[in-house]
Amino acid sequence: MWRFSEYGEKTAAVDDAGNRITYKELEHMVSGFAGICGRTLVFHLCSNTIGSLAGYAAMLQAGVVPVMLAEDIDRELLDRLIHVYQPEYVWVSRHKRADFSDLAEVFSRYGYVLLKSDGASKEDLHDELALLLTTSGSTGSPKLVRQSYQNLKANTESIVQYLELEAGERPITTLPMNYTYGLSIINTHLYVGASMLLTDKAIMSRGFWEFLHKERATSFGGVPYTYEMLKKLRFFHMDIPSIRTMTQAGGKLTPELHREFAQFAQETNRKFVVMYGQTEATARMAYLPSEQALSKYGSMGIAIPGGRFELFDAKGNVIQDADTVGELVYYGENVTLGYAQTRSDLKLGDERGGMLVTGDMAKRDEDGYYYIVGRKKRFLKMYGKRVNLDEIERMLKDKYADADCACAGTDDHMYLFLDDPGILEEARDYIAQKTHIHITAVYAVYLKEIPKNNAGKTLYAHLQDYYE
Amino acid sequence: MSNKEKYIQAFVEALEIKEDQAEGLEYQSIPQWDSVGHMGLVAAVEDAFDIMMDTDDIIDFSSYEKGIELLRKYDVEI
Repeated sequence: MWRFSEYGEKTAAVDDAGNRITYKELEHMVSGFAGICGRTLVFHLCSNTIGSLAGYAAMLQAGVVPVMLAEDIDRELLDRLIHVYQPEYVWVSRHKRADFSDLAEVFSRYGYVLLKSDGASKEDLHDELALLLTTSGSTGSPKLVRQSYQNLKANTESIVQYLELEAGERPITTLPMNYTYGLSIINTHLYVGASMLLTDKAIMSRGFWEFLHKERATSFGGVPYTYEMLKKLRFFHMDIPSIRTMTQAGGKLTPELHREFAQFAQETNRKFVVMYGQTEATARMAYLPSEQALSKYGSMGIAIPGGRFELFDAKGNVIQDADTVGELVYYGENVTLGYAQTRSDLKLGDERGGMLVTGDMAKRDEDGYYYIVGRKKRFLKMYGKRVNLDEIERMLKDKYADADCACAGTDDHMYLFLDDPGILEEARDYIAQKTHIHITAVYAVYLKEIPKNNAGKTLYAHLQDYYE
Repeated sequence: MSNKEKYIQAFVEALEIKEDQAEGLEYQSIPQWDSVGHMGLVAAVEDAFDIMMDTDDIIDFSSYEKGIELLRKYDVEI
């Protein structure tokens, strides 16, 4: 997918400890992995470090299939995944090596080690299979998304085109590379010969900002929570001239926050690009061109180059009219092959044929811009009336900008989870009044923190304990 | 409530710890004081003393003791 040899001595990545790797050295890693691993499955415990990036890039380029997992993955879940998928190798940082004391070390570079499991190579991977990712929910399911080489190439080329990426870019990481959005930033920037700035430091730590300044980062991406934190950090008053582009994905920003960042970007001559995607579509399906960020705030934009959308009504007919909500369906070469639940599923080829039913409800305005309205499965029937939980959440977020919230429940019992104990009763009254749902069916629960995964997405499964 | 009590209470509320755990506490020394907890703690301290902290101070607020030092800039003596 990449042309490492073209970029030679150019820096491919720098980490916050000052280590560097050139494209030539990446190329060298490719032959290392190809020679040792062949066509096998490797569990990759990811971190934003040179060793992790080099291992990933080399595996993908060498035809080795990595399963991208968080370095701090729950041990029980990891053991279950190992049991289900029987990886031939594990690529893990040196300081985590002791967690796999029964595995033999075969190779070590840039602070990472390659460990070999006992079993022989199974030679059962489908030719098109490039990469496996978990879906963003961490419910303990062993379900993985199967991405092909063509998926990655198509999505990468499309993103490079619409973001106009070039070799001078220096994106700083704010997301883990086992998360599809974080990974797509790496894929696209290695594609154009840019230099990744790798750090696992959080954006409210001094180290992150020192690294950003020292290495003159030109861009970063963020999920909605990232942007909420940036606002809290008085980002609009920071002096960071090197930053030219900010991208956002991984969930819908509140329209107000979208507008504020779009306004800031316009006033400071930067680009703010809101995007939409899913792991099932490799990474990206839509983007809001930065020129429209302010005029169309709240929108997820238009389909990426090479892709297109359709909206379907409840009867399965294509919606032609503007401003009519329907289920969003995407078509494009980046639609992934399908899911895997077991090792034997890795033999499977394409099950989707380039069409992805997103499960998101959306509408399109008269100019062709799309707006996410909710997620198909996140609704309750309240006394026979359908209530969209994402819409309830958005109402709460709009009303109580400083509070974090989540909504869940069972039919006729709606639960509002809020991280501000002071507004429980008021919020309950407000929602009941606005939705005309009887107040006795609405419950408000205080949580000191809304449970979220590494990417900032709410873990709704964790909320079930409160109402089941 | 004295300023010290208010300050400790911000830790107790934002990080869900016991009062006697606050002193000596450092960022990332307990699971609750992660990046999310940090933003909550900053908000709690700001509310307690009716101040708005600068970016640098939010970032530098790396421990219980460091917070006391930073709050002097806002005329808050713990």
